[in-house]
Amino acid sequence: MDFSEIQKKAIANWKSLISSITPVIYLGAATCGRAAGIEAVAKEIRKTSKKLNLNVKLVEVGCIGPCYLEPLIYIQKNECPTICYSRVAPKMIKQLLEDYLLNDNPRPDIALGTLGDGKIDNIPKLFDHPMLKYQTRLVLRNCGIIDAGEIDHYIARDGYMGIQKALKMSPDNVIDEIKTSGIRGRGGAGFPTWKKWEICRSVKSDDKYLICNADEGDPGAFMNRSLLEGDPHAVLEGLLIGAYAIGANHGYIYIRAEYPLAIKRLERAISQMKSYNLLGNNIFGTSFSFDIKIKKGAGAFVCGEETALIASIMGKRGMPMPRPPFPAISGVWEKPTIINNVETLGTLATIIRKGGKWYAGFGSESSRGTKTFSLVGKVKRTGLIEVPLGTSIQKVIFDIGGGVSKGKKFKAVQTGGPSGGCIPASLSSLAMDYESLMSAGSIMGSGGIIVLDEDTCVVDLAAYFLSFVQAESCGKCSPCRIGTKVMLDILNKIKSGQGEEQDLDRLNNLAETIKNASLCGLGQTAPNPVLTTLRYFRDEYEAHIRDKSCPALVCKDLIKYVISEEKCVGCGICLKNCPVEAISGKKKKAHVIDESLCIKCGLCYQKCPSKFGAIKKITGFLT
Amino acid sequence: MKKKIEQAIKPFGKERGNLIPILQAVQEKCRYLSEDAISKIADKLKISEHEIYGVATFYTQFRFTKPGDHMIKVCLGTACHVRGGAQILDRAEKTLNILPGETTLDSAFSLERVACIGCCALAPVMVVDDKIYPQVNSSDVGKIIAKHRSRHKKE
Repeated sequence: MDFSEIQKKAIANWKSLISSITPVIYLGAATCGRAAGIEAVAKEIRKTSKKLNLNVKLVEVGCIGPCYLEPLIYIQKNECPTICYSRVAPKMIKQLLEDYLLNDNPRPDIALGTLGDGKIDNIPKLFDHPMLKYQTRLVLRNCGIIDAGEIDHYIARDGYMGIQKALKMSPDNVIDEIKTSGIRGRGGAGFPTWKKWEICRSVKSDDKYLICNADEGDPGAFMNRSLLEGDPHAVLEGLLIGAYAIGANHGYIYIRAEYPLAIKRLERAISQMKSYNLLGNNIFGTSFSFDIKIKKGAGAFVCGEETALIASIMGKRGMPMPRPPFPAISGVWEKPTIINNVETLGTLATIIRKGGKWYAGFGSESSRGTKTFSLVGKVKRTGLIEVPLGTSIQKVIFDIGGGVSKGKKFKAVQTGGPSGGCIPASLSSLAMDYESLMSAGSIMGSGGIIVLDEDTCVVDLAAYFLSFVQAESCGKCSPCRIGTKVMLDILNKIKSGQGEEQDLDRLNNLAETIKNASLCGLGQTAPNPVLTTLRYFRDEYEAHIRDKSCPALVCKDLIKYVISEEKCVGCGICLKNCPVEAISGKKKKAHVIDESLCIKCGLCYQKCPSKFGAIKKITGFLT
Repeated sequence: MKKKIEQAIKPFGKERGNLIPILQAVQEKCRYLSEDAISKIADKLKISEHEIYGVATFYTQFRFTKPGDHMIKVCLGTACHVRGGAQILDRAEKTLNILPGETTLDSAFSLERVACIGCCALAPVMVVDDKIYPQVNSSDVGKIIAKHRSRHKKE
């Protein structure tokens, strides 16, 4: 079968699904949807539809983005626009199926929005939802729309047309097109993709490798997972385009073992590519041949670094190596190797299909295109988003994210994972692009945005990141191995109220040494969370040192829980929940906490009914 | 056990680059890397056991002691951290009376802390075997563990 026939068949398949006479229920079944309980919902749909004698087709799709509304289902019936329902529980299913599928009542009261053309009374368009309205979805265009397990769905939506077009161009022209697009590496460092490729292209070798870096290690980031689960073929097509441009004949996908569903999706996608001759020898009848293997990471954050990743693929300890030689010249098995991030690769087909100039029309002057972000932490609407680079922090957190949850005050935003930093609320007009974030002391990183509110202690957060990099340091360079440990010790000392004035200078000095004397990106950026918090929140460090107080009421040694005698009605809930029996008191009499027994777990504070609000956290009592 | 190790190793070639996939396959089949397994892999790849330990101990995925029947993982990614992941771990430690990396005396549960499982929008999360529990608070931890304990007893 040649590709035009494959396309015809794929389009017919896709059309038969989207214009199916049998109602179709799409299930948001990415990892987040599964965690929120979509499988129980699916089971209930199967059971109930059988009982009601309804013929229903179930299709699993990826994540459309607003994870906080999971589980999501989408019901497509006759010619009507598909309706999305959010936070679906199994107990809602029977009523919903009866109402909509049997009695034609689309239940506007519980519907979230409609997808596709046409309108249903009293139900807004899904893409008018505030979390989706401000997005520009180029990379995520298929996520949550197609069945990631069906290559035909991808092909029907212009899939594999990018590589088809690229193969009619010369590799140099492909690189030029990518240069015109202005896309920079989406993994963190932001190195221009075309530049890396050009170096590798110019090296002569019988074997070259292109690696997809799916070792998404930044805690708080899941963009790559979502893309691989929702639209794996977009990334695989990107690998083909990149391989053709640089002249690579072998591909690896290096993916975290913690992402089992993404691995499953990739394995299926690769076998489907083979069955359509999109992988192997003479792809599209040209002289271009390429194969792809999956390598599972084994849980080492440093393997996101290029040379460490290469060592890991070769079966060694994942320790970074000095550069030069750069991997583009000598990488896996000493062959020229290019490593591109999942999102970079996932964008390439669209760039080739629509043109570099078109893509460069999105984003800002120095940072072209769009970027996916995982919006998490203390924000109302958590999930996965894609916006043009240069969008302001304000817009992302307030317009898209709906602001800080529980009516708390916005304090800062953390970007770039352990290599990044905290940007304070006062800088929320800052544009999210490579240069602006760097000028504020943070980095773009892979795209994790963690929103912090007044209840987040920045000293605690800095210690959290330091403990992370300290544990993940490979140990090769002593400034990183020992320096991060000493910095962590100082931070813990400050957190416990034992800090001294000089400690802040010590932290600064150590940070400089570690930055300058470490071999790889992990060490060079490890001090960033401390440096940015010191730069913007020095007063909070000083409060820990001078007043022995933690203003955010987080650091255990500096806070205690007390029960207000006036507010406590003696209901006994706290007493029952205290795991160490530190609370005593008679029924209907104010209770008390025995400080010597209290482990400050906070259970009593959580459990005290809000109408009483009798338990308080206090700080600053040590001076 | 011996048979399981051999089954896991068999599909792979003798190239050095296969070391990590072999270790992963053996651990998946046998749940941990026993001394026996390491020596079998050394024979296969014609490298020393020391070299294998050197590689295996570098990666947090690999275990060298037999884990409990059920694995409890508490996520301490950034989103989980700012939403109280540490308290979840604290509760799990106290409920099971073990520290991360340890196994209960009855071999029912092992406890691990993980850096991030990518479910950040539903933080904080804990995982029991393959089941992810989203948005847990510290008072849920005991209930979740009790549920799995009673299921374990029935098995």
